[in-house]
Amino acid sequence: MLDQNTLDKYNPIKNKAYQLIDDEGIPLSKTWQPELSDKQILKAYEDLLFERTADLMAVSYQRQGRMFTYPPNLGQEAIHIAAGMITREQDWLVPAFRELGAWLAKGVSLQEIFLYFKGNEDGSRFQKANRMLPVSVPIASQLVHASGIGYAMKYQGEKDTAVFAYVGDGGTSEGDFHEALNFAAVWDAPVIFIVQNNQFAISVPLKMQTRSINIAVKGIAYNIPSLLVDGNDFFAMHDALAYARKHAVSGKGPFLIEARTFRSGAHTTSDDPTKYRSKEEEEAWAQKDPLKRLKGYILHAGIASFDQEEELIAQFKKQIDQEFEAAEKHPEYKLDDVFAYMYAELPDELKRQKNAYENFLGGVK
Amino acid sequence: MKVMNLVQAINDAMDLKLAEDKSIVVYGEDVGVEGGVFRVTEGLQQKHGAERVFDSPLAESGIAGTALGMAISGMKPIIEMQFDGFVYPAMNQILSHVSRFRNRTRGKFSVPMVIRIPYGGGINALEHHSESPEAYFGHTPGLKVVIPSTPYDAKGLLIAAIEDPDPVIFMEPKRIYRAVKQEVPEELYRIPIGKAKILQQGDQITLIAYGAMIREAQRAIAIAKQKGYSVELIDLRSIWPIDRETIAQSVRKTGRALVVTEAPQSYGPAAELISIINEEAFLSLEAPPSRLTGFDTVIPLPLGEKHYNLSPERIAAGIERLIKY
Repeated sequence: MLDQNTLDKYNPIKNKAYQLIDDEGIPLSKTWQPELSDKQILKAYEDLLFERTADLMAVSYQRQGRMFTYPPNLGQEAIHIAAGMITREQDWLVPAFRELGAWLAKGVSLQEIFLYFKGNEDGSRFQKANRMLPVSVPIASQLVHASGIGYAMKYQGEKDTAVFAYVGDGGTSEGDFHEALNFAAVWDAPVIFIVQNNQFAISVPLKMQTRSINIAVKGIAYNIPSLLVDGNDFFAMHDALAYARKHAVSGKGPFLIEARTFRSGAHTTSDDPTKYRSKEEEEAWAQKDPLKRLKGYILHAGIASFDQEEELIAQFKKQIDQEFEAAEKHPEYKLDDVFAYMYAELPDELKRQKNAYENFLGGVK
Repeated sequence: MKVMNLVQAINDAMDLKLAEDKSIVVYGEDVGVEGGVFRVTEGLQQKHGAERVFDSPLAESGIAGTALGMAISGMKPIIEMQFDGFVYPAMNQILSHVSRFRNRTRGKFSVPMVIRIPYGGGINALEHHSESPEAYFGHTPGLKVVIPSTPYDAKGLLIAAIEDPDPVIFMEPKRIYRAVKQEVPEELYRIPIGKAKILQQGDQITLIAYGAMIREAQRAIAIAKQKGYSVELIDLRSIWPIDRETIAQSVRKTGRALVVTEAPQSYGPAAELISIINEEAFLSLEAPPSRLTGFDTVIPLPLGEKHYNLSPERIAAGIERLIKY
């Protein structure tokens, strides 16, 4: 478990990422033992495999023309699965858009996610997931919402509630990133800022975003405890997030985690990464793949042998297809849906505009 | 009843609501200890505590965005943009999120918050302190935009805005903050948002205005009256929703309409009102519905403002021109 000493040892100024297992999944320290049971570790692995399978299938649905633009999660799943395990029912999830596994852990259904990326706001209604915000497209703008929710939780006396807020590396150039950190810090708001530093903001590499040696140091300036973590190391992420949550709900204010990772896929299905990054870079990061590393640990520790993995994947695919088909069967997008949710009560002017269009459709002159 | 100016009436509305509803907080730049640069929140922190009425860091986007976070998690924030021209850094939050969160989540999250903005010119202030940006908000689906012109309306409309389940932009005509006084009930009362008020009956022309322009319109009407003209004056009170029916009925009766705003002309509220008049009262018109607005220029610094601000004489000349058309 992380403690203050470890935190000091990994002061972001030293630019050394907190890491527990190597690229093959072998623990860096011979004495280290995970705080999770074998069962929990295996479950995390399966969740990670599920996220990856669902994500790859989502890209394939998009390629088949059955879904619109979609942002792949490939390579970043360890962050999402670890965060999903730490986030409690009463906690808030304030996403950017690339946190699939964390969404699923919060109770969002794949059907809803598919529906949203098929182009229907009904996918952001989240029937079962409470305290879950929808996709925020304007980069980093969601972070100030998290700080506000943090204030509200404190004000309302919810002592064991944290807010998990996500942003990418590009988002840390936005003013709202800095405003959110500052507000949360001044207010001692229980917000955990998770920066998924996947090296690129669409096509722009990190070195063109910032002169800082890493992103975690930006938190230090706001007097927010901050930690640079190997985002492809499931155990390091789990450890860091557990500590961050404990810190946040203890009334000590926000915490920042820079999860250093790599977006192995495209930014969205609309761009082509071969234009802006090298094969060498992709191959180097593939060695650090989070799924491979967690699997390596499980094999090393003798927790499981993965004899039945093919069957498991086949079962996942069937389930994912069912969710997608359910999204495809969602009721048609009605004219009412365009108007109904703009205000609590439909204003006369909107009624008038809607009626005029309905009259046109009905042939009334 | 108690005689109040706009500042006192707005303060009173917040004071009563703060006492009644613990989910309400008031914050912004200098609104706590100082009570706001216009003293609109004076005394509220002392009375309701620094956890509920407080100074926030100086960042308008952060103020608006954190308020949204509070609003979707069980609170009702009232935030202040210190001056009209300071709202621009918050526009991304207001246009991209505050106005859209209900629709985006299909009604799961609503955003019950009020953004107070002292607005308008005529106070000899610096740049960015005299703007009339209401058109930006009126043009943004999902918002309501309220602009009172009297203490009575200010209190009743602000209470309605605070109780509204949707976000309300509440624009305060700072030029008449202390100039207009009237008797205001001491208890809570509401004025429905979206209903215009006919301030004066007349039958030759309909004059439509809001905010600080109401006082100028009334002065213009006094001038016009000396020439024997009969003018109907409508105080719009909210620029979205617009009270289409009240405008239509009045213009059908008078046959003429003049819209007065201090906001710049192009794509402004006057253009919207004239479109409504054309749609609703075309066959009753005796003259082209017209507008007197700010120029499509930056509002000048104080020494140049005399050229920009609409004088009662200019409005009266507009009235006469249309009646003689």
